[in-house]
Amino acid sequence: MGINRESKIRNFHQAKWDEPIIFELSKEGERGILIPEVEKEIEDCVGDGISLLPENMKRKKAPALPEISQMRVLKHYLRLSQHCLGADFNVDLGQGTCTMKYSPKINEILARSPEVTELHPLQEKNTVQGALEIIYKLDTFLREISGLNRFTFQPGGGSSAILAMASIIFAYFDVRGEANRRDEIITTIFSHPSDAAAAVVKGYKVITLYQGEDGLPEVEALKKAVSSRTAGLLITNPEDTGIFNPKIVEFTKIVHEAGGICGYDQANANGILGVTRAKEAEFDICFFNLHKTFSSPHGCGGPAVGALGVTDELKGYLPVPVVEFDGDTYFLNYNLPNTIGKIRGFLGVFPVILRAYAWIMSLGAAGLKEAANVAVLNNNYILKKVKEIRGASAPYAAGRHRIEQVRYSWDKLTKDTGVTTEDVTCRMADFGFHLWSSHHPFIVPQPFTIEPTESYSKDEIDEYISGLKRVAEEAYKNPEKVKNAPYNSVVHKIDNSTLDDPDKWAITWRAYLKKHKVKRQ
Amino acid sequence: MKKEEKRVHPYIPNSAPKVKASMLEEIGVKDIYELYEDIPKNLRFQGELNLPEALPSEYALKRHVEKILSKNRTCRENINFLGAGCWQHYVPAVCDEINQRSEFLTAYGGEPYEDHGRFQALFEYESLMGELLDLDVVNVPTYDWCQAASTSIRMAGRITGRNEILVSDTISPERLLAVKNYCRPVVAVKMVKHNPRTGLMDLDDLEAKMSTNTAGVYFENPSYLGFIEFQGEDISSIAHKNGALCLVGVDPVSLGIIIPPSNYGADIVCGDIQGLGIHMNYGGGLGGFIATRDEEKFVMEFPSRLFGITKTSVEGEYGFGDVAYERTSFAVREEGKEFVGTHAALWGITAGVYLSLMGPKGMVELGKTIMQKSQYAMKKLGEIKGVKAPLFESPHFKEFVVDFKKTGKTVSEINEFLRKTSIFGGKDLSEEFSELENCALYCVTEVHSKEDIDKLAKALKDYLER
Repeated sequence: MGINRESKIRNFHQAKWDEPIIFELSKEGERGILIPEVEKEIEDCVGDGISLLPENMKRKKAPALPEISQMRVLKHYLRLSQHCLGADFNVDLGQGTCTMKYSPKINEILARSPEVTELHPLQEKNTVQGALEIIYKLDTFLREISGLNRFTFQPGGGSSAILAMASIIFAYFDVRGEANRRDEIITTIFSHPSDAAAAVVKGYKVITLYQGEDGLPEVEALKKAVSSRTAGLLITNPEDTGIFNPKIVEFTKIVHEAGGICGYDQANANGILGVTRAKEAEFDICFFNLHKTFSSPHGCGGPAVGALGVTDELKGYLPVPVVEFDGDTYFLNYNLPNTIGKIRGFLGVFPVILRAYAWIMSLGAAGLKEAANVAVLNNNYILKKVKEIRGASAPYAAGRHRIEQVRYSWDKLTKDTGVTTEDVTCRMADFGFHLWSSHHPFIVPQPFTIEPTESYSKDEIDEYISGLKRVAEEAYKNPEKVKNAPYNSVVHKIDNSTLDDPDKWAITWRAYLKKHKVKRQ
Repeated sequence: MKKEEKRVHPYIPNSAPKVKASMLEEIGVKDIYELYEDIPKNLRFQGELNLPEALPSEYALKRHVEKILSKNRTCRENINFLGAGCWQHYVPAVCDEINQRSEFLTAYGGEPYEDHGRFQALFEYESLMGELLDLDVVNVPTYDWCQAASTSIRMAGRITGRNEILVSDTISPERLLAVKNYCRPVVAVKMVKHNPRTGLMDLDDLEAKMSTNTAGVYFENPSYLGFIEFQGEDISSIAHKNGALCLVGVDPVSLGIIIPPSNYGADIVCGDIQGLGIHMNYGGGLGGFIATRDEEKFVMEFPSRLFGITKTSVEGEYGFGDVAYERTSFAVREEGKEFVGTHAALWGITAGVYLSLMGPKGMVELGKTIMQKSQYAMKKLGEIKGVKAPLFESPHFKEFVVDFKKTGKTVSEINEFLRKTSIFGGKDLSEEFSELENCALYCVTEVHSKEDIDKLAKALKDYLER
C-alpha cells in the first residue's frame, strides 16, 4: 500500500475533461451576467440611446457570441485551467532562459488590492502618491542593482524593452546627425531573438556574431564587425548557454571606441544579482524583466515589464513621463529634451512593478545575492547530473561552471535512437514536467535549456533529473514509446500539418467551421 | 543584520545549510564563489548593494506595502469620469476568479500538451473577438493599443510595399507618440485634419494627402474624443481606390450596437481589451488586439503568436498549436515580422471569459446602457451655464469633450474643486489639442448611476454658477 517513494517519478496523469470549445456550450437564452440597469429617469430623458446613431453605424445583427449561464462559464475556464501546468504546480526547471521562479502569494494579494486595481492612470498626483512612491523606489533599487542612473517601467516585456533600447540608440544618433550613417546593430547568436528582430523594426541592419569553440562570441569577430556604421551592441551576458563572457568589457570598449552605444539584455539576471553589474561592464543601457528575475508571475505570457535603465547621459532619451520626487511629493515629469516619446500607454504594468518591489523588499541586499548564489548552485548541480544521463551533453566550456542556466543537447540520443528533443519534451509531459527545446536557430543540435532558479528544493530537482533520465533510458530501450508520447497529458500527439497550410489553418472557431465544413450548432 | 542572514529565506529552499553543503560537495567545490570563476575580479561588485533593510517576515512586508498603498485614493471611494485610453467598466467576479488561478497565472511557455488549457483559452479569446469584430483572424494579445496600432501600421507598410501612413489627427496624442516612435525611420506618419465642428475626418484633406506612397489610413472609432466617425465607408473607399489599406482602432465595448469596422471596409482592425473584464490597474490592465481577414497576405504579416485549432492522433480530440510559426522572430530572428515575446496573454484569457459571460445580449445591452448614460451626462452638463457638452456636433459613445471655455475657470481649477467632493473630473485636453483649451474629456460607462451623474452636474453647477 501507499506511494512508492523509492521511485522519484510520479505516477502522474494530468486532468482531462474533454472540454468542448466555448461556442459548443451555447444554449439560446442563457445569460452569464447582467449589467446595471438604466434608471427610468434616464430612459425618460434620453430614450433608448441608440436612435441617435446614424443608420449606417447601427449593428443590425448581435455578435454571435455564445449564450451560457454563469456557473457553466466558470466551470469551463476552471477546467481549462486544470489543462495548464503553471509553475506553482510543476518543477518548472525546463523553461530555461525564462526564470520560472516562485511568485510569492503575498505579492499577489497586494497586487489585487483596490488601491492597485481601482486606480486610473490619469488621476491627479496627490491621489496616487502610493503608486508613484513604489515606482520611484523600485527605480532607485534597480539603479543600485545595475549601477545605471535612471529606469523606466513603460516597456511591456523584454522585447518591448529591446525596442526601447534600439529607439534610444536611434534618437541619440539622430540628435547628432549620424542616424543615417550609423545603421548597424551588432548582436550575438546566443542573445534573445528579439535583440536582432527589434533592431530591424528601427531600420537597422543586424550583424550577428556566432560563437567560437568556447561557446562565446570572439573579440576578433567583433573588431571586424564594428565600423563607422555601428550604432550599437545588444548583447546578453551570461548568454543563453549560461556561460559568462569574461571579455565583456573588451566588447563594450570596442563598440564605444567605434562610437556605438552598448545595450545589455538582462532579461534574465538571476545568477548575478549583487555579483556583477551593467555599470562595471561599461554598458550604457540595460533592462531587467520584472516577470523573470524579480518574481512577477508570467501570466501565460504577460502582462509584464521590461524595466529599462540608462546612464545619466541617456536620461533625456527615456520615454515620458518619468516619476520624480521633490523631497515631499512624487510627480510625473514629461519634460525630457530628447525623449523617444512613448513605448506603451501610461506608466507600464503597475501590478508587476509592485510585485517586484515587494520581492526585493522581502529579500534585501543579502537575500538577493543569496537567491543568485543558490540559483547558480542549483544550476551547477543539475549540470553535473545531466551530464551523467546517457545521450545528453553540455556543449562548450567543458569542465567549467555555468551561471544560471545551461543549454544542453540530446544530439547523441537522437543519433543513437532517433528520439529528438521534441519527442523528449512530449514524454516529459507524461510525468508532470515541462521541458522546452530552445530559441531558434538550433546552433546546439537537439537543444534543451534548463534554468532552475533558487526556488526549487534539491528533492524537486532530483525528481526532475530522474524524469530526464527515465525518458533517456526509454529512448534507448523503446524509442517508439517516446516518439508517440504523450499518453498521460491532456491530449495526444498533435497533428501540426494544418497549421502551416493557409487552406486549413483556423485561428478562430468561425474560420474552423467554414474551412473544415463543420456545421455551427 | 547578522542574525537575519542566518535565517533561511522561505523563497530559497536550498539555502538550508546542510542541503547547500551536500550540493556543493556533489559539484566538488568548497564555496559557491568558485562557481563564478568566469567573472573577472574587476567586474565583481564589491560589498553589499545599498538597499533598504529586508522585511523577510511576510507580515512585516504586508504592513509595509499596505502602508504605502494606503496613500492612494481610488475610483472606488471617488466617482471617476476619467477615460482616455483606460476605462472603468464593471469587472465580473468570474473574470477575477479565473485570472488569479495559479494554473494560468504562473504558466508561461508550456507545450500544447501540458498547457493545452492555455492554448484553448487563448484560441477561444481569438474566436470570441472574431465574432465581435466579424473577422476570422485575431492575434494572441499584444501589449496595448499603442502597440496594436503601431503594428497594424507596419503590417500595412509590408503588405502594400509602401512607406507612408495617414493618421487622423484626433488620435490619442499619447498613442501617436508611440506610433511615431515605432514607425521611425521606416514609415512616415502624416496627419489628416478633422472638421472642427463635427470632429469627423476632413475627406478633402484625406484625398489631397493620398499618394502612391500611402500604405494606409488609420483612424479611431469611436475617436479618442468620443465622437463616432460615421464616414468609415468613404474613408475606406478612398484608401482602396488609391491602393492603400484602411486601418481602424476600435473600442470593442461599443461593438454590441455599433457595426464593426470590417463591415465598412477596414482591412486591419485594432484596439484595447482592457474594457473587457480587466481592472484599470493604474494603466496595467491594457492589452492590444489586431484582427484581419483570413487571407495569407495578411496572416503572414502578423508578428504575434496566432493559436490555431487542429486534431490529434485520437479521434474527436482538439489539439492546438502555433499557426505559421515561421513568420515569427522566435523562429527566424531578424528575418521575422517585427518581434514577439511576452505581451498580455492573461488579459486575453480574461477578455475571453468576459465575452463568454456577456454573450450577444450582454454586449448589446452594455452598448445601449453606455449610450443612454453618457447622453444623459452630456445633457445634464450641457445645461450648466457656460458649459458646452458635447463640444462636437456628432453622436458619441462613452466619452465626450466638455467645453469649459466660457466658464472663466480652468479645467485644473474645476478638477481640483471636484476632487474635494470625491469626484475625479475628466482629462484636461488643454495641452493636447490647441483648439481644446479648457476642454476636458469625460467618460461615462455602465458603472455610473444617475445619482453619480447628478452629483457631478450639481457640483459643477455649484462651482461654476456661484
